[in-house]
Amino acid sequence: MNLKKLPNSIFYFLTFLSAVGLVVLTVGLVVTLAVESRPAFQRFGFFRFLLSTDWNYTDQIYGALRPLTGTVLATLGAAVLAVPVALGISVFLTELCPHKLKSPIAVAIELLAAIPSIIYGLWGLFVLAPFVETYIQPFFSGTLGGLPWAGGFFQVRLAGGLNLLTASMVLAVMILPFVASLAREGFDQVPEVLKESAYGLGATRWETILAVVWPTAQKAVVGGIIMATGRALGETMAVAYVIGNRHGALDSIFSPYVTITSVIANEFNEAGPIQMSALFALTLALFLANLLVLSLARYLMRQK
Amino acid sequence: MKPHSGRLWVNYLALGLATACALFGLGLLFLILYDIVSHGLTSLSISLLTQDPAGPLGRGGLKGAFLGQGLLTLMAALVGVPLGVLGGTYLAEYGRDKKFSKVIISLCDLAMSLPSIVIGIFVYSILVKPLGGFNGWAGSAALAVIMVPLVMRTTESMLSMVPWTLREAALALGSPYYQVIIKIVYRQAASGILTGILLAIARVAGETAPLMFTSFNNNYFELNLNRPMPSVTVSIYQYAGSPFDAWIGQAWAAALMVTVVVLFLNILGRLLVKVKKA
Repeated sequence: MNLKKLPNSIFYFLTFLSAVGLVVLTVGLVVTLAVESRPAFQRFGFFRFLLSTDWNYTDQIYGALRPLTGTVLATLGAAVLAVPVALGISVFLTELCPHKLKSPIAVAIELLAAIPSIIYGLWGLFVLAPFVETYIQPFFSGTLGGLPWAGGFFQVRLAGGLNLLTASMVLAVMILPFVASLAREGFDQVPEVLKESAYGLGATRWETILAVVWPTAQKAVVGGIIMATGRALGETMAVAYVIGNRHGALDSIFSPYVTITSVIANEFNEAGPIQMSALFALTLALFLANLLVLSLARYLMRQK
Repeated sequence: MKPHSGRLWVNYLALGLATACALFGLGLLFLILYDIVSHGLTSLSISLLTQDPAGPLGRGGLKGAFLGQGLLTLMAALVGVPLGVLGGTYLAEYGRDKKFSKVIISLCDLAMSLPSIVIGIFVYSILVKPLGGFNGWAGSAALAVIMVPLVMRTTESMLSMVPWTLREAALALGSPYYQVIIKIVYRQAASGILTGILLAIARVAGETAPLMFTSFNNNYFELNLNRPMPSVTVSIYQYAGSPFDAWIGQAWAAALMVTVVVLFLNILGRLLVKVKKA
């Protein structure tokens, strides 16, 4: 190697090393989580740990089922609340909005997505939770709560607005900007000519959206929605405030409950060895859930 | 009435619903901004920035926490930005079209989507547990781990947008490849990369979860990274969970400051791209 080529080799090596650094980090992360969660899996057994509802500090027995269901239910609830509104926003932005307003609104939505989750958590705790307690809880327990079989799911068993529904609502507000902008990106991919040919046949705007825009953009939009909703799985600060953190049975949408992230946020720093290992195992589960959702979203978004 | 008026009504109804959704969504999001500003302004005072924390009855502030958060973010940027930019350079230049680079790009996307609490837990077990306690280095490292894939991915896509003929022209003049990259390609992509860096800094500047298990918190003014570092976001978390009005007020005021800084960095980043385009 001659001396003239040396600087180029050095620069090449530095860039290569940085790129490899990311691989080392990701692999290191997975290995670390696996190693740290081994004691919990060994002690409780892999499936017993996943399927147990125990969370007992005195007997040191921990199971993942409640945090897992909490995370899944809070996320699904957020999706149910946010997706219709987000679809409305994206349809409005792509099909109806005057051109001049389009980019300011899109930018405003993206800026709101940049607000850190601790801020949403603070808002959820001091603004949304009291609102849920004074208006939403009485409304549901007064109407749907009287139903013969399912009524129990809408009854309030514990005072205070800290419960699964409030967590879903905060998450819904947080993912709303993401869902709206990813869905809009999906709709934006529909070629203008396609829409114009539908208009040319005499279709109304809504008929065009239903018959042309939606079928064309479907996979990209659904992929975007899944990807944006996936963010709710790992949201921590907002959920930790409002979910209520109670390892108890979930018998109502107004029950205080736990999610993976709320358990970690509230218990990690004071956890004993085996409890900490159980928390690592929950982190691993969160990682895998996130990977699954991301892969599904990517798969849908790549399809034409 | 015309025969097809039913279709028109359906059209107006559906589009009206979409518009209502848009108004509702935007209204809700601005309501949150309004709540942050109004709650924050009521308790905002200069003592928040100049005083050390006091008991729930005293007029304390979060001076150390603001400095601590700044220091943690700065250290994270000092490590994360070069790593990200260099790695992105490999992906878009030396390693372009290689299978290995495509794998790394997928890993980047995965790392970008990771919940930040997962990264906090990971850094805890490699930098807090072995070292025997919470420390500022671990906090910075956790933030850096969040930044690297963000910066790497934007650098990669910005460099890929620079026309290939530009590199060929410079190479034909006899410049070595590394000089072509540094003097020609970086210059072309500069504003895009800078935007990416600013957005990455804005992203980590408001992070809480990765700091809770790494740098933790500290009630004192602290510049020693070997010790637990105070940070605004973790302080907000602890104060808001307290039963004291004074602390809750400070949490709102601090939240307003964090929001302003994060939004400012975001707007700055976006303006940079606009200026370049114009």
